[in-house]
Amino acid sequence: MSVMGEPGTKEPLSLEELQASTGLRTGRKHVLSILVENKSGVLTRIAGLFARRGFNIDTLTVGPTDDEQISRVTLTVDGALHPIDQVTKQLHKLINVLKIRDLEPSDTVTRELALFKVSAEGAQRGELMQIAEIFRGKVVDVTKRSVIVEVTGTTEKIEAFEGMVRPFGLIEMMRTGEIAISRGRSET
Amino acid sequence: MRAVDAVMEGLKAEGVDVVFGLPGGANLPTYDAFVNGGVRHILVRHEAGGGHAAQGYAKATGKVGVAFATSGPGATNLITPICDAMMDSVPVVFITGQVRTELLGTDGFQEADTLGITIPIVKHSFMIQDPREIPRAIHEAFYIARSGRPGPVLIDIPQDLSRGEIEYEPVTDVRLPGYQPTTEGNQKQIRQAAKALAAAQRPVIYAGGGVVNANASEELVEFATCDRFPVTCTLMGLGAFPAPHPQWLGMLGMHGTRAANYAMDEADLICAVGARFDDRVTGKLSEFAPHAKFIHIDVDPAEISKNIPAHIPIVGDAKHVLAKLLVEYRALGVDPARLGAWWERIEGWREKYPLGFEDSADSEIKPQYMIQALYEATKGEAIVTSDVGQHQMWTAQYYDFPAPRRWINSGGLGTMGFGLPAAMGAAVGCPDRLVCCVAGDGSVQMNAQELATCAQNDIPIKVFIMNNGYLGMVRQWQELFWDGKYSHVDTGEFPDFVKLAEAYGATGMRFTDKATLVADCKRAIATDGPVVVDVRVTREENTYPMIPAGQAAREMVG
Ligand SMILES: Cc1ncc(C[n+]2csc(CCOP(=O)(O)OP(=O)(O)O)c2C)c(N)n1
Ligand SMILES: [Mg+2]
Repeated sequence: MSVMGEPGTKEPLSLEELQASTGLRTGRKHVLSILVENKSGVLTRIAGLFARRGFNIDTLTVGPTDDEQISRVTLTVDGALHPIDQVTKQLHKLINVLKIRDLEPSDTVTRELALFKVSAEGAQRGELMQIAEIFRGKVVDVTKRSVIVEVTGTTEKIEAFEGMVRPFGLIEMMRTGEIAISRGRSET
Repeated sequence: MRAVDAVMEGLKAEGVDVVFGLPGGANLPTYDAFVNGGVRHILVRHEAGGGHAAQGYAKATGKVGVAFATSGPGATNLITPICDAMMDSVPVVFITGQVRTELLGTDGFQEADTLGITIPIVKHSFMIQDPREIPRAIHEAFYIARSGRPGPVLIDIPQDLSRGEIEYEPVTDVRLPGYQPTTEGNQKQIRQAAKALAAAQRPVIYAGGGVVNANASEELVEFATCDRFPVTCTLMGLGAFPAPHPQWLGMLGMHGTRAANYAMDEADLICAVGARFDDRVTGKLSEFAPHAKFIHIDVDPAEISKNIPAHIPIVGDAKHVLAKLLVEYRALGVDPARLGAWWERIEGWREKYPLGFEDSADSEIKPQYMIQALYEATKGEAIVTSDVGQHQMWTAQYYDFPAPRRWINSGGLGTMGFGLPAAMGAAVGCPDRLVCCVAGDGSVQMNAQELATCAQNDIPIKVFIMNNGYLGMVRQWQELFWDGKYSHVDTGEFPDFVKLAEAYGATGMRFTDKATLVADCKRAIATDGPVVVDVRVTREENTYPMIPAGQAAREMVG
């Protein structure tokens, strides 16, 4: 009787094998808007679920809703890496999760807030102010050697602004992660 | 009333007749309530034993099992049973004590973040923050544990809150807006499934533990036999379809029969009911059932298309869905004769590759024969639990389970030490039935302490240790896949199980002769109280047939 090696443990796995797994990949970013009950451990449950199933969260925001028993979690996940269908089904199994919407990009308004602390000395300062203005940013703090600019917009816009100010010397950047709301009259 | 008395009232309102547990500082108030609470409590010797006993009780009776532990180490000792219950969808409510609220987060004595530690392995959990929440938490915990896809639910009660005074009012409603399991199954999808089954030339029904959980065994049999559908079950589903039976192919998967695995391999339609396409079933996923389309019936939508994309997904309880499927299928008036060619092919495999082993020429007991002897001695009528290893697979292969809830083992987690406490729980839940545990010599030592519980409470389990002096399943893998180099698998002759049994107050026996084995087993069964039998079997025997991990069904060996 001949017995083959046991690829699961002994043979080293090829990258191809490691990457091969089922589940539909959509190939785009997904914004999930999730209503949850404000109960103990709810965020841990969500974060833990993502960690355990090997799903990466790109951004995550949590905030109150008009009902104080309920919070809204907005998170973005890369559909190129994860089967979104499986992600939402697993989330639905959490008892404290009330509702999940996988927002259609075209029907959704998303916003993120970012604060940039940039070196700005002498002549550079004017140029920086101009760029901020083009991005409808606001200068919220000025010192002799730096400024802080506040920018709101889509992730793309914020990343574009980042690209513009980096050459000036980006000291620090803070981003909130995206929040999203569906267009039109219906509730998100 | 004291909150802890409300705990007792809550348990009784849920119909709990017994709980398993072990007290400590943080749940002293609860244990005071047990004194006159009217709830039977069985004192275990290790919380894991209590947790597994609650699982065994739940699996044997179909009711929710309950286990209690104190904070810190008591709660962490429950981790394995909680995880096991999650993996095998067993309805158990775990109630743990916690340090006083003022100590929470201060690393107080015996403080462990029980809720945090268990989040990944529970169906749901409650942290009590006000004693008035207790009655509702208990009611909802039971509801969640038993409904939908069953599973473990944890309630963590800080010691000071359990001492609070509350006004007790029974809770009968649930307020769980985020939890609405689908049970009915979509009628259109069910009709689709019936049509697909009617059109199939090479169908197979692949049933799992979900059928047992849904008490849908009768519906499964009725549906399968309304035509001549071949049926195979997973390790967790054994008994859901009665064995032996002309349409029964045996278990499938890593140590399943060739008939079952080859039928899956050549099937054109697989109807999965309450099964989850675990890797022990599919082997190499990309080569699993390459010609088949899939109907997938499961109460948990997340299981559908998780591993294998389903062509006809049906979210619903197996009992409801199978009953409706039967009606739809009957209406189509399909001719069972159309499966003639398929059955010929299957019969061919059955004849060519029956389950079998080479028996010893002398008095040596082959492990497979030990299970056959036990089957004969019990007339196939026992509830049988097992540990994890070769003995587990041989029991699954050679003990034909005629009904559901007779076979109780740890499938998903594969927990050594599960069998003995699970048998204890099953025996407490079904006092009129014979409960046997087929244990491994390695595994049994992981919860042997519960023999004391059995002896003290006269729980008459019969433990048959398949003693090969090895961590046999690991030894087998080292022999087959790691060039026969044995690394830390030889357990020798330790301990002396007969003496161990006697030390615990059980009866100990040792069987070594094949010729008298059936009679010996009968003698053990006829002996009152808990009995432990050291059955000496062939040391190096391999469990076959086998699909090596990560390979396809066609590559079965042995
Ligand atoms: C708690 C735990 N530790 C380790 C393992 C890995 N394991 C699987 S089977 C096995 C051998 C079990 O030995 P024994 O109980 O004697 O059963 P046998 O295979 O010899 O029948 C081991 C160590 C496990 N399943 N569970
Ligand atoms: Mg062994």
